[in-house]
Amino acid sequence: MDDVPPVETLQPERTTRRGFYVSAINGLMAIVTAALGIPALLYLFTPARQKKPDVWAEAGDIASLTPNSPVELVFRHTRVDGWRVIAEKGTAWVVKYDDSHIVAFGPNCTHLGCAYHWDGSQKDFFCPCHNSVFSIDGKVVSGPAPRPLDRFQTKLQGNKLLIGELKKSGESQA
Amino acid sequence: MKRQIAEIGDWVEHRTGLIGALQHFLYEDIPASSGWHQVFGSLALFLFMVQAFTGILLAFNYAPTPGEAYDSLRYILTELTAGSLIRGLHHWGASMIIVVVVLHMVQVFLYGAYKRPRETTWMIGVVLFLVTLAYGLTGYLLPWDNRAYWGTTVTTQIAAMSPGVGAYLTQLLGAANGVGVVTFARFYAVHVLILPPATILLVALHVYLVRKHGVAPVPGDELKPKKRFFPVQVFKDTVAIFLAFALLFVMAVAVHVPLEQVADPTDTSYIPRPEWYFLCLFQLLKLFNGPLEVVGAVVLPGLTVLALILAPFLDRGQVVKVTRRFVAIGIVLLGALGWSALTMAAVASTPPQEAAVDFSYPVEWMNLTPDQLATSTLPNIPAFVLHGAAVYRASHCSACHSVNGAGGKIGPVLNGLAKRQTRSWVEDHFADPQKLSPGTSMPPYPMSPQDRDSLTSYLFSLPDQ
Repeated sequence: MDDVPPVETLQPERTTRRGFYVSAINGLMAIVTAALGIPALLYLFTPARQKKPDVWAEAGDIASLTPNSPVELVFRHTRVDGWRVIAEKGTAWVVKYDDSHIVAFGPNCTHLGCAYHWDGSQKDFFCPCHNSVFSIDGKVVSGPAPRPLDRFQTKLQGNKLLIGELKKSGESQA
Repeated sequence: MKRQIAEIGDWVEHRTGLIGALQHFLYEDIPASSGWHQVFGSLALFLFMVQAFTGILLAFNYAPTPGEAYDSLRYILTELTAGSLIRGLHHWGASMIIVVVVLHMVQVFLYGAYKRPRETTWMIGVVLFLVTLAYGLTGYLLPWDNRAYWGTTVTTQIAAMSPGVGAYLTQLLGAANGVGVVTFARFYAVHVLILPPATILLVALHVYLVRKHGVAPVPGDELKPKKRFFPVQVFKDTVAIFLAFALLFVMAVAVHVPLEQVADPTDTSYIPRPEWYFLCLFQLLKLFNGPLEVVGAVVLPGLTVLALILAPFLDRGQVVKVTRRFVAIGIVLLGALGWSALTMAAVASTPPQEAAVDFSYPVEWMNLTPDQLATSTLPNIPAFVLHGAAVYRASHCSACHSVNGAGGKIGPVLNGLAKRQTRSWVEDHFADPQKLSPGTSMPPYPMSPQDRDSLTSYLFSLPDQ
């Protein structure tokens, strides 16, 4: 048992049979591994097919907003978190440029997700974490932020502002 | 290239000795008689690894608390890619491993391979068999649907019958006040924290003992030259593993594993059934009544396990050819006969389950009104729901009652009916409302039994509102 003969000392015809066994073992185990591994990778790396709850949340009356003066509005919305559907508070920085043009920005800085705020004296959005500065239309003015502020989808129902899904801003928009 | 690989191999061997250890393992001498009948041990070990792998994947998306457990399993089944496949592999793998472990034991038993000096190998094997059953028992609760809840309720009450230790056992299972959150936590802990390390330890001991004593020879082996484990026997093991896995994969894809409604401890109409491999114990229980019940529940199964563990000491003769082991063959045949008879009797006495929604599919259609159901193109609407809703429309129930917010306000809202009434009450009520609700303005609705069944099942499947 301890003196295992090296493969070279086996007779040729035994070597071919042995070769068949070894290839068959490797081949069959490779198929089994793939049949387990591929579904596992799909399971772990494909995003969940999430059911979309009704996303439109009422955020308030836009008649009361002053043009070009951003305010942080609070609304109730439902969020899907894995298998949970959670009703919770959401906030958005809402800017009324004029009566027909309203934008709701996501409340987190696009750099590392800190909460930014409107600086009334400087007339820009300022993130206190790493000093990113965004203009009133969400574009990066200075600091480490890689892309403009994210925007919620919005709808107007009369004077009521409805806030929908948060869309990530692309770098191209910068 | 070949030289570089050889050099890396040499380096690893020199530093760790792993390659030599592997060769030592693979080039083990085995008796000349070894062959296809000895593939079951390797197969059981392979299936255990499949269970560990799929179990870990399930745990990545599973919240082990009642309620959340059910929701997270539904998430795995309806929203994750391959989630249903992975659950199918884990579910059918559990059944397959029991079959394979039993075949392994039968082979060893028939060949008398448990005899001196292999008694401890056999006894550890029996413990591994019990561990396999414990996985099935604890895993059964984890989906937290009605089937899981009621099946485990029966199991824990059987455990409570154990003479002397019943009360302690119930306390340990966290089921002193019925199956609940504590029971769930403990079953989960046993399933994922205690059994897997125990299995690894026992398998290591088991395999160590197999190597220490060598694969059991049969009479006549001493006259023939020994064989090596690699590659011929490994090839046979691999073919068996491949065929078993192919069967498992096909079952996981083709045989759908349903998920019932979330566990409802108030559902008195539910008829619990254990997993198929526990049906024989379930049936055995019915053969004993009154004070003798404990015999069927605990004593007979206990004695069987004891007899299995002590088999090497009860049968101490010389090893003879398998074809001459008449007593062993007789015992296996009797066991198979008894098991089949009990299982078949249990299956035959199983009353048909009421039609129910399979929650392992998406159920968006549940929020539709009976009128919307008539034209819906949503997938996976059960036939009883379509038929029940058709009966509902034909009987003009919506003139007085509402379903999912649509319909009349004269009669009660039908959502939540399952929480308010029993099934038989509702069925009797259709025939003679005055008898059960004196003074009601609802007229009698005579229906064919099939229409009544579908309508009742449909109303009972409505979401609570």
